[in-house]
Amino acid sequence: MSQRSFVWFCLLPLAVVTTAFFLLPMARLVVAGAEGPHGLAGYLAILTEGRYRATLINTVLLAAATTVVTLIVATIAGMFLQRHRFPGRAVLIAMLTFPLAFPGVVVGFMIILLAGRQGLIGDLSNRIFGEKLVFAYSIYGLFLGYLYFSIPRVILTIMAAVQKLDVGLEEAARSLGASPWAVQRDVVLPALAPAFVASGAIAFATAMGAFGTAFTLATNIDVLPMLIYTEFTLAANFATSAALSVGLGLITWLILALARTFSGSAVAAAG
Amino acid sequence: MNTAGHGAAVQIEACGKTFADGTRALDPATLDIARGETLVLLGPSGCGKTTMLRIIAGLELPDAGGKVLFDGKDMTSVPIERRNVGMVFQSYALFPNMTVADNIAYGLKIRGVAKDERAARVAELVALTNITGLENRRIEQLSGGQRQRVALARAVAIRPGILLLDEPLTALDAALRDRLRSELNRLLRALGITTIYVTHDQAEAMELGDRIVVMRKGAIAQIGTPREVYFAPRDRFVAEFIGAANIVEAPIDNGELILPGGRLPIRDGATGANATVMIRPETIRVTDAEAAVLSGVIDSISFVGDRQRIVVSGASSKPLNVDAPNTILAKVGDRIGLSIAPDALRMLPSEP
Amino acid sequence: MRDRLIFTGQFIFTLFVAAFLVVPAGLSISAGVTVNYFRGIQSGVTLQWVAQVWELYAGTILLSFVIAFATLAVTLLAGVPAAYALHARGGRLARIVEEIITLPLAIPGLAIALALLLTYGSFGDFRRSWLFILVGHVIFTMPFMVRSVMAVFATVDIKTLDEGAASLGASPWRRFCDVIVPNALPGILAGALMVVTLSLGEFNLTWMLHTPLTKTLPIGLADSYASMRLEVASAYTLIFFVMIIPLLVAMQLLADRDNKR
Repeated sequence: MSQRSFVWFCLLPLAVVTTAFFLLPMARLVVAGAEGPHGLAGYLAILTEGRYRATLINTVLLAAATTVVTLIVATIAGMFLQRHRFPGRAVLIAMLTFPLAFPGVVVGFMIILLAGRQGLIGDLSNRIFGEKLVFAYSIYGLFLGYLYFSIPRVILTIMAAVQKLDVGLEEAARSLGASPWAVQRDVVLPALAPAFVASGAIAFATAMGAFGTAFTLATNIDVLPMLIYTEFTLAANFATSAALSVGLGLITWLILALARTFSGSAVAAAG
Repeated sequence: MNTAGHGAAVQIEACGKTFADGTRALDPATLDIARGETLVLLGPSGCGKTTMLRIIAGLELPDAGGKVLFDGKDMTSVPIERRNVGMVFQSYALFPNMTVADNIAYGLKIRGVAKDERAARVAELVALTNITGLENRRIEQLSGGQRQRVALARAVAIRPGILLLDEPLTALDAALRDRLRSELNRLLRALGITTIYVTHDQAEAMELGDRIVVMRKGAIAQIGTPREVYFAPRDRFVAEFIGAANIVEAPIDNGELILPGGRLPIRDGATGANATVMIRPETIRVTDAEAAVLSGVIDSISFVGDRQRIVVSGASSKPLNVDAPNTILAKVGDRIGLSIAPDALRMLPSEP
Repeated sequence: MRDRLIFTGQFIFTLFVAAFLVVPAGLSISAGVTVNYFRGIQSGVTLQWVAQVWELYAGTILLSFVIAFATLAVTLLAGVPAAYALHARGGRLARIVEEIITLPLAIPGLAIALALLLTYGSFGDFRRSWLFILVGHVIFTMPFMVRSVMAVFATVDIKTLDEGAASLGASPWRRFCDVIVPNALPGILAGALMVVTLSLGEFNLTWMLHTPLTKTLPIGLADSYASMRLEVASAYTLIFFVMIIPLLVAMQLLADRDNKR
């Protein structure tokens, strides 16, 4: 067998699997989105129908808030961990990164344990203020869940980016008389920009599309994945759910593709 | 080892290479390489020498019309694994997942050679390339020079018809390079197989090549023995690429070159407007200024140990580089005479 | 002095973030072995909830492992050769293929699951078997395997090693076995750990694809969160931690070893 045909042969199994179980179904999904009573216009429902539009805005706002807060928290913690050496640092890093492999459902349960009916926060607030604070089953609980999900990932990215920073640049800035704040503002943060864009996009896309956490916390939180789920399973509204998921997929894909062209590195959403 | 010339004769017929993106790496070139000959492809990076080697190896297909023949047999579409060539790569391409001995024996294993025969051949090559004792090392434990030897041993273990070497010494530091060069020379002579050697280093080319192919911008600039390309370069590029050269442009009158600092007799008494002449620095002798036909003023002196490089201005339109014996005591600003034998002046075609 | 203050401030902040992540996990672990979580640890330590989870959900755990290793097998068989092909072929076609197989990372699992349901939902036997879930997991995890292997190819100059083996007479298939795969092992291992970990925890796709007879561990978890007492849910989560943590540690060790090289 020639080198050329061997290469094709190597690609064959993947091509078959991907075509049969990804490309074909995705094409079917796109077609299904236009098979509703409104035809192709079904795709516009996400923007034209008030209920869907409100959900979309809600989801985008939630994802944006998650992204901003995660970036701030992870930058402070990540820079601190990468720049200082102290006893217990390795343990702290392990603590901050071990929830990486938690699926959304487990994250949801973590939030229930924190802010649910038998949660720690409610327990503490009850003791201190005499009032039980319970917000796990609302959009705030979901927000907390997405933070829980995103912080470990973003911290890792920021730490890697800080490690790659050329310390010489900071020293050069200081030799030119820049104050510590000016060094951060003019040298460090701009150098970290690609990492911010890349990890921010992942946090955003994940918060847009994640389903497990919302599912665990409540079935009536008003976000896009939950809407798709209820349309499909409860209302059996296949066309609408297909159209909505195509729209959702398009948004997350676009965000990640944009981030990739800006940051120049591979970016992927996490499950 | 057999010392008589053996291996295969190689013919390259009108082999050009245009890559998929449209870049022309090699103009159609034709080349005959005799059985047992060591041919060096020499040129700056991007001159097409590696492409030529890869076409001979079977790693690249020449453009339509090109042909590669081994001993008269058309090999153009035969893949490298069936060409029976031994190749030493610039990065050595030693398999990190195998020991030194496994690397050397790999080609034999592919050919179904029995285990004890493989071991005997490995032992023979390990001795030949001076790496005895390293057989069971992993590749990452070897120094650069050791890796180079393993790569060579692995390439010749299969008794190839043609040995191909792609800048095999480039990855090494200067001192080691010099030592390995003479070792490689001895080894290639001992093996006596057809060898094609790619390098950008003219010293390597001079020492190792029976013939040198000087290449430039995807085309062959000159083919000849080391002496031919050194003493009789065909054009300015070859003259300047191989060794140091003074290129002098001056009018000729009555069998003499008219220079600002005097007149130089030349061998063929051609008269013409402007001639381009090459003068090697070591062919210029320093003499007394008074009696000399050509004189100039010393601009700078660089003492390099075995000789000194003197830059003389005023003699020619451009400063002349002169290699003088290290015993001459002169200083910057001195006026000195220069004498150049008519034989040492090499006329070059004028460049457009 | 000011440096000290900044250091302390950042340290406390980081500690707080770590607490946010670790405390709920700790609560879950303790709840899983407490007789009555509402009354606290004083009520006694017990393994009864773990035993109860095992009784109720052993099947889901078993199925999760079956699916995870089947996913691994498929991603190895299809992903490793494909990574080699994409690296060796290069060029625009390879980039397009890579782009396509990484799409499942950018598209929410829910959408992929819907697509699979709409396309293959009517193939009853297939729909009802665990293979339906397997297909989803393969699509979702494949890019991790392919990318992980391709990352290694980019660092070890596999093209020259391949040419070196070819110059010694090895056929493409021999080269693949003798040179390509052994030198891609670190990437294959990293990819394999990633695939198994992701498959064991996958919920977004699986929830849509499962049937009452094909429940995986995360499905069981969601089920227990919704309908079981907190102690049982916690014990179940505890079992999940115990399964997943060795994988995480192995991944970390592998990454550390690569960094040291």
